[in-house]
Amino acid sequence: MLYRVAGQYKTSYKADYALFPVKQDAWLLGVILLFAFVILPLMANEFTFRALLIPVLIYSLAALGLNILTGYAGQLSLGTGAFMGVGAYACFKLATIFPELNIVIVLALSGFFSAAIGMAFGLPSLRIKGFYLAIATLAAQFFLVWLFQKWAWLYNYSASGAIQAPNIQMFGVTVAGARASAMTQYYFVLCVVAVVTFCAINITRGRIGRIWKSVRDMDIAAELVGINLMKAKLLAFFVSSYIVGIAGALFVFFWRGAAEAELFDIQLSFRVLFIAIIGGLGSILGNYLGAILIVALPVIIGAVPSALGLPISPSMVEHLNVMIIGLLIIGFLILEPHGLARLWAIIREKLIIWPFPH
Amino acid sequence: MDFIHSILIQPFLDMADAPDFLIQVLWEGIVSGVLYALIALGFVLIFKSSRIFNFAQGIMVVFAALTLVGLHQKGIPAWLALPMTLGVMLLLAIAIERVVLRPLVNQPDIILFMATIGITLFLIGLGETIFGGENKRMITQELGIPTDSYTFEPFGGLVMIEQRDITAVVGAVVLVVCLLLFLNKSKMGRAIRALGDDHQAALSVGISLSTIWVLVWFIAGMIALATGIVWGARAGVSFALEVIALKALPVLMLGGLESVSGAIIGGLMIGILEKLFEIYWGQPLLGGNTESWFAYMLALVVLLFRPQGLFGERIIERV
Repeated sequence: MLYRVAGQYKTSYKADYALFPVKQDAWLLGVILLFAFVILPLMANEFTFRALLIPVLIYSLAALGLNILTGYAGQLSLGTGAFMGVGAYACFKLATIFPELNIVIVLALSGFFSAAIGMAFGLPSLRIKGFYLAIATLAAQFFLVWLFQKWAWLYNYSASGAIQAPNIQMFGVTVAGARASAMTQYYFVLCVVAVVTFCAINITRGRIGRIWKSVRDMDIAAELVGINLMKAKLLAFFVSSYIVGIAGALFVFFWRGAAEAELFDIQLSFRVLFIAIIGGLGSILGNYLGAILIVALPVIIGAVPSALGLPISPSMVEHLNVMIIGLLIIGFLILEPHGLARLWAIIREKLIIWPFPH
Repeated sequence: MDFIHSILIQPFLDMADAPDFLIQVLWEGIVSGVLYALIALGFVLIFKSSRIFNFAQGIMVVFAALTLVGLHQKGIPAWLALPMTLGVMLLLAIAIERVVLRPLVNQPDIILFMATIGITLFLIGLGETIFGGENKRMITQELGIPTDSYTFEPFGGLVMIEQRDITAVVGAVVLVVCLLLFLNKSKMGRAIRALGDDHQAALSVGISLSTIWVLVWFIAGMIALATGIVWGARAGVSFALEVIALKALPVLMLGGLESVSGAIIGGLMIGILEKLFEIYWGQPLLGGNTESWFAYMLALVVLLFRPQGLFGERIIERV
């Protein structure tokens, strides 16, 4: 009943292709944004910010970057973690070399570093396809993490080999580093994620997005209709690694505070890939749903035994957690291989015709 | 000039200087190459028969080894624990086929790939819950594997070869020969190859898809157990083995995803070359630990020239 499309007439093609062809979608987004910007911060405490809200946002941003490459342009990548690392290390170097530079500019610049490296490792995609391409990104994954460990200049020769987010101020407010409050960081991350998502939606809806989709569906056919494959694939690697790099910089500066090279290992790549696939490949919304599931669920599962007073050791909880996530992944893949976003699309279709099924 | 000298000439001078050390390095490379090849073999079998890129092969190695050691710790003698572990692997194969693969028939490759990562996570959690996460000693003596070592003195130097490594290499060769005989001579083996060629045609002549899948996963489990014993004898049984298993990916890519012989040759090649590179180039010039990425880079370079790997089936694309 709430989801009525009747009476919303489209009188031009422009209206038909609008961002929200159905009014209720715009309302829904408004409610979600209201929640994200006002209601959740009011309700959340320090733990909720650090363990749930900020990581969900950062992981969904990383998944969004991966989704552009894998979901839209069809190039499988297993090196997301390393590209996040490039963004983080670039951001760290820029922030320590130019301490007076605004953090927003530093973030925007550090994305270009990961984008350039992503593009370099994307070059083989012109010749290698499918699972074979995974090896190129795996090479990036292992080589870059090794480089983060061995190249002392990257972490300013610190004894621990870790990078530490310095205290950074913006307009007189500390936004990053040990002294920043969780709420400031949350708002900062939220704004970045919102801006990037807005850009990503419009890129994927437009001409470039259509080119990517045609490359994904069959690249030879795309080439035959006059699409420059090299440009399309490299652009996908560029945009994707840019977003992933920003996510990596946020990951260290606005969430973890400090990071070692091992943090960007292949497990991180897989976690981001899970989010993108569980959420739904080729969908923007899916990244958020997937991130909520993969990031928030373990926190909730971890809190259940102590809340119920069950005598389970923390390591046991950890093991059970891994097991449950594995089961969930299999379960979701069997239930809906196209991800949570598809599930939402089905629900939406049902709501529109409800209560009369025809 | 110095730089070029240190890259192109010095390593070879080092090799010529100490031939006994070179032989030792080569032997180490062969042994780890055999292990990579074994893991890759499990991948290839499953890929050939079901087009599934089985990421769980690595954790199956760990799981099999853990089950064997865990059963032995419960007081079951080694000769009984071995077939019991095989039984567990058979159950695992049936469960995977029933619960995971059957509902996912005909899904895109990447979905099946993700499902095997799901299996991986589940098995990690299960293994840690049942057996605990700490490093365990493989029951080498109990299985009758000799642990002494031979020493040779070629060129006036010293080369040490451990007996368990020889056992590993011989065992792997026997396993591979048996497997090739099974695939090429037996009726079941023919069915597996038929499925690999064309699913629909195989089904239409009455080959049961689910039986073959269970069989293939069980064989992969057997290979996993063999790998687990061999590797566990060298480095102990722990979840760190999983990282080694990731090495099977470049081996596969290098050899070609469909080729059994490609997996073996690729494994040996990567095992030997990465050891040589680490000792003669990595440690003096790059600060060591190059083994973590060398295999991937090598595979990448080879793929640039042969996109289907050295022995893979030629990729023909049609619109």
